[in-house]
Parts: sequence; C-alpha cells; structure tokens
Amino acid sequence: MAEYLAIDRLSKQFSAHGRAACKDISFAVRRREFVALIGPSGCGKSTLLHIAAGLSAPTSGMVRLKGEPVTEPRPEMMYVFQQYTKSIFPWKTVLDNVCLGIKYRSRTPRAKLEEAARAQLKVVGLAAYADYYPYQLSGGMQQRVAIARALARRPEILLMDEPFSALDAMMRVELQDLLLWLWQDVGLTIVFVTHDLDEALYVAQRVVMLSASPGSVAEIIDVPLPYPRNQVETRREPVYLELRAHLYNSMVQQVIAGRAEVS
Amino acid sequence: MNGFVRWLETSRGSGVILIVLLLGFWQFSALYIMDTPTWPPVTRIFVAWYENIADGTIIKHLLATLWRQMLGYGLAVVLGISLGLAIGYYRIVYNLLEPLIEVFRPIPGPAYLPVLVLFVGIGHEMKVVLILVASFFPILLNTYGGVRSIDPVQFDTARTLGLTTLQTLREVVLPAASPQILTGMRISLAISLILAILSEMIVSNDGLGYFTLLAERTFKVPEMYAGIFTLALFGYVLNRLFLMGEARLIRWHQESSGRK
Repeated sequence: MAEYLAIDRLSKQFSAHGRAACKDISFAVRRREFVALIGPSGCGKSTLLHIAAGLSAPTSGMVRLKGEPVTEPRPEMMYVFQQYTKSIFPWKTVLDNVCLGIKYRSRTPRAKLEEAARAQLKVVGLAAYADYYPYQLSGGMQQRVAIARALARRPEILLMDEPFSALDAMMRVELQDLLLWLWQDVGLTIVFVTHDLDEALYVAQRVVMLSASPGSVAEIIDVPLPYPRNQVETRREPVYLELRAHLYNSMVQQVIAGRAEVS
Repeated sequence: MNGFVRWLETSRGSGVILIVLLLGFWQFSALYIMDTPTWPPVTRIFVAWYENIADGTIIKHLLATLWRQMLGYGLAVVLGISLGLAIGYYRIVYNLLEPLIEVFRPIPGPAYLPVLVLFVGIGHEMKVVLILVASFFPILLNTYGGVRSIDPVQFDTARTLGLTTLQTLREVVLPAASPQILTGMRISLAISLILAILSEMIVSNDGLGYFTLLAERTFKVPEMYAGIFTLALFGYVLNRLFLMGEARLIRWHQESSGRK
C-alpha cells in the first residue's frame, strides 16, 4: 500500500534550552485511519502535531504526505487547536468564522459560501447559532465551530491537538461521538493528540504511545474494537479494559522513567 | 435613609447635582464675596457665551479648531496604524525602528513647536503637523503593542486556513489588535485637542485657543470663560462620540471581557 502520512525520524530541539522535545519519531498513518497520540505531559506530542501540520519545522527528519514533504500548512490537512477561545475568532460570528476558511479559496459568490457554511454548521448541530458570537456559546459549541470550519475546507486529514481537554465530561463524550460519526461519514483521516488514555482508546483504531521527554515512540497498539462505539458498552468490553490496563502501566513506566532521567 | 444610600450607589445624579451646586457657589461668591472682574458671575458668562454663539463667533472658531485637529489626528491615525501594523507584524521592522521610536517618544509634543515654526512656518500647516506628531506616538505604540501581543494560535489558525499576509492582516491582525489600537486612538484624541488649542494660543488668528486667549488679553473675561466652557463641552462630546463608535466596533471584546 502506498504511503499516506508518514512521520519519518522526526526530532525537534528548542534552541533556547537545548533540550529535545521529541527525538527520532517514526510512524505512518494510513488513509482513513484514526490514530491517537498519547504520552506523559511534556513528551512533545503537541510539538509533533504542530510539525506534522507544517506549522513549524523539525530539527531533523521530515513529514511526508502522499510522498511529498510537508513544509507548510497544506489544504488537505486541517488543524483543530486545543485553545478554541483563540482559534475561533471572537470578532467574527459563527457563520463568518466558518466562511473564513473558504471565502478566499474560490470565486464562489457570498450566498453560496454561506449556504455551504450553514450546511456544515448543521452537521455539527449548530444550525441555529450561525449569527451568534463565540462568547455567547459554551466551550463545547465553540469547539464544534472549529470542527465545522475545518470541515468546510473539505480536508482529507484532521490533526487535532487535545481538542476536548478543556471541556467538561459530558461535552467531551458528546464531541467524541460526533467526531467518530464525522470520521466515518466523511471518510476522514484523523490524528488525535490527547493525554487521556480512555479518550485515546475510545476513539482510535491505533494508539501511538510516546515516551517521556524527549518523546520517542514507546509502543504502538491496535485497538480491535468495532465501530460504532458506545460510551457505555465499548468501555466495558474486556478488550478495552485489558488495553487500558496495559496502556496505564506503560504510561506510568514512561512517567517514572522520565523523572529518573531528569533527576 | 436607606433609599437615599441606594440612590447614591446606583445613580450618577449626585455628580450632576454637585456640578450645579458648584456653579451656584460660583455665582454666589462672584456676586457677594469676590467682586472682581476676573471672577464674573456665571450668569454673565452664560450671557456672553450665548451672544458669541448666536452671532457665529464661537461656531467659527470651533470649526477652525475642529478642522485642524481632525486633519492632524486623522493623519496620525492613518500613519500610526499602518506603521504600527508593520512594526508589530514584521520582526525586522520592529528591530529597525523600535530604538528610534524610544528616542523620540519621550519628547513632549509641544517641544516640536519651535522646530516646526522654523521649518513649516507659523500657519495652518505647522499646527496640523504639530497635532499629527503629538497624536502619532500613542497610536503607533498601542498598535504595535496590540499586534505583538496577539496569541500565536491565532497566527497558526490563519496559516492553516490558507490566508495570505494581506488577508491575515485584515481578518486577524487588525481586529485582534483593535481594542488596543482604539485605546491609543482615544489617548491621542485628547492630545490632539490639547495641541490644537496650544498652537492656536501661540500663533493664530482663529480657533478656540485664539478666541480664549484674545478674550483674556482684551479683558473680556466672561468671553474667556465662555471659551473654556466651550472647550470643556467640545472635549466631552468628542470623547462620548468616540466611546459610542468604539462600542460599535469592538462590542465582541467588551462583552466577552465583561466590560460594559
């Protein structure tokens, strides 16, 4: 099978303190795959995603999309930020935020653009909120706007950096299910960074575990749980519980190893 | 009693009453305590004020002041915002110009006056340039300060949405920095009025500064106070109009940050 999205021996060093954020990371993501990236805090998983999006440059190694090196943001890949209060522009209405990603791309008349944006808002359940400003919405709704804005650009890949970590528990599960539904419905490829084991196991087909700082791939596990997944049923499957125990132990080991290295 | 305290707490009526009381005290003191031409009763000031408005004198001078102020201020807004955007957005421009700005910034606006008189003369242009120079710096500094404090996530978002530099400036940078830009513009609005009046007091043949100083020099003391009253009212109206415009432009900011 032809290579799709490849992270190839990627390292990143911040010159300021000379310490590496991630070191020699390699893994590949298949088309239409849902991969979660987890690891102890400070392991460089967000840095990795930032580089994969073409938003910053690696110190060595490269990211390739369909065989081509990624050196700047590509239209096939959309990034969903953890900080939705900043990423969703507070001076624009929900509709204008969604339109922003598409209005400069084609000569489509404004009415058509708005129609497309409204359709996208409907998909994420925000049809009634098009004319609201972000500060009038809850956190979960704001992150839905970010997802709608990303999807309006018809990307193949979503790169998501802890997108639900700032949300409360109920909103988080709701958005996990929305995301899974979108993934299957639209046929997206998703790389999802999280520090939450349960979230990683619940959404992903494969989980890439990074070691503590400087992060490198500690292990990659398959999650052979069927879709559609269910917040209650899936989370009590023996396979799920077993993988959770395994990942938990593995994570604890990474954290301990990371502390040993620092001291 | 409780109701009175509540009124003091919730209404600004007490402040208005204080002003009326002070005017009353002024009137009383001028009539019965300090009987001197330098302290005319408020009623005589109001009469002079009314007469000078009715015969068009004050209006004429007000328009002259407004015209040179707005010309200088308007140019300062355009130049300050455009240069501020460039300095805030491009690190290279910042490194190049920031030290220079630090050198010029502490110079008080009026200090430019003698230099301008030498180079531009004592006419209308000198006053406009003086107002421009003095109003320029607060706008410039607030603009690049605002741009430089924009969160990197917002620039990253613009990049992932495929916006060009110009599109980013228009859709992201300018609105994100607008609360701070408007703060600079408001500071400069007050400064521009100060410099307009000052320059009119020094060399001019029209404007409220000229009117007020001429009244003093010709011992028309009520007219002098009328000029000052006009300036107070004028400054107040300008600021109110500005705040109204600001509220329209950055309602998202004021409401999301809980400021009203």
